[in-house]
Amino acid sequence: MTYEFDFPAVMAYWPLLLEGIWTTLRLTFFCTVFGILIGAICAIIRTGGPAWARWMVGLYVEFIRNTPLLIQAYFLIFGIASMGVRLPILAGAVIALTVNIGAYTTEIVRAGIESINRGQLEAAECLGLSRFQTYIHVIIRPALERVYPALSSQYVLMMLASSILSSVGVEELFGISNRIQSDTYRNFEVFVVLGVLYLILAIVVRAGFSLLGLALFPRRRKLGTPL
Amino acid sequence: MNWTFIVSLLWGLWGTVVLSGLTFLFGGIFGFIIAIARISPVPLISKATAVYIEFMQGLPLLVLMGLCFYGPGIFGYDSLTPLQAATFALTIYASAYLGEIWRGCLQSVAKPQWEAAECLGLTRWQRMRTIILPQALRIATPPTVGFMVQIIKNTSIASLVVGYAELSYNAKVINNSTFQPFLYFGIAALMYFAICYPLSVQSRALERKLNVANR
Repeated sequence: MTYEFDFPAVMAYWPLLLEGIWTTLRLTFFCTVFGILIGAICAIIRTGGPAWARWMVGLYVEFIRNTPLLIQAYFLIFGIASMGVRLPILAGAVIALTVNIGAYTTEIVRAGIESINRGQLEAAECLGLSRFQTYIHVIIRPALERVYPALSSQYVLMMLASSILSSVGVEELFGISNRIQSDTYRNFEVFVVLGVLYLILAIVVRAGFSLLGLALFPRRRKLGTPL
Repeated sequence: MNWTFIVSLLWGLWGTVVLSGLTFLFGGIFGFIIAIARISPVPLISKATAVYIEFMQGLPLLVLMGLCFYGPGIFGYDSLTPLQAATFALTIYASAYLGEIWRGCLQSVAKPQWEAAECLGLTRWQRMRTIILPQALRIATPPTVGFMVQIIKNTSIASLVVGYAELSYNAKVINNSTFQPFLYFGIAALMYFAICYPLSVQSRALERKLNVANR
């Protein structure tokens, strides 16, 4: 069996690959911002909201965590389209992925909030902090700080899982490579190149998160250790 | 709602269950080998395993599926059927994650247990089989059941590259002809939920039961 590998044929499409990488990174960025926002809000509701709201958030979290991303994406994106609403495809992808990652973030942040010592809350009250100030400075920030490692690995997984959204037509790195496959018939080489690129992306995103962590949590920077 | 479509979804569900079962079986076997190799006293073996885990956890499953689907043909083997290719890729994926989970469980068995077993003059294998594994098994059950949910969910993308027909694929085909995404993807989602949710609940219950000493 002689098979001639032809990587140059695939690498000739580097502008296309770069475009895909750029889309993947943009997708990851937006979903990280919205995901953490939704996760933080839902986690606050789940730990201290009214009973019905807690129940709703619980339902959302359980339902998302026990169904595949692919089905969620089909449901949301094809569903929205079937109602006659026209969305840019990237916006649809951001919605689907955010809904998905929001549920995971909620669970992680909730664990962080539950690990906050009650004494901290009492101290905040004694200092006369308002409810809002307490939430921001005493609950959410330390909670995020504590679960930051778990959070960042979840978001690296999300970046990898964004490849699934190629199936609804998003031209991120995986989706755009379909074009290279049908142009060159070099399927295996394309997958090898994709593998290398995703490994690099995973390293880059992980590094980005640790830098962000250093910037966001100065206490951690000073201690030099995870809390 | 058309009953032939529901039957088709149920067939898809069967495909999902078969693929998940095979993955769990083979992934479990390889994952166990990976976990043992990861804590091997030989640095070369443990380092090589660490690299393997790092690589496989940095690849999207779709890319892994493409490599497993197109790879064997290129290296002179018969090409794989969709089920074989999907099982192959999911096995590699599961072995990396299960290997890492179980390594943690093996290492969380208290250090004196390892030392005591050594003092008793047990061989490495005896130590593992009679002292460490029975204790590690208890610790490992909740995260393993939790990971089964991941496997079941991840079988949903087996149709995308290798074309294995399972629940998501059948749902997609039905939607292409009916254009009722909310209905049929909703039913498919409920079917996944019906399998995954009991496992998630079970995993949490086991964890609570196990944690009784720390309460």
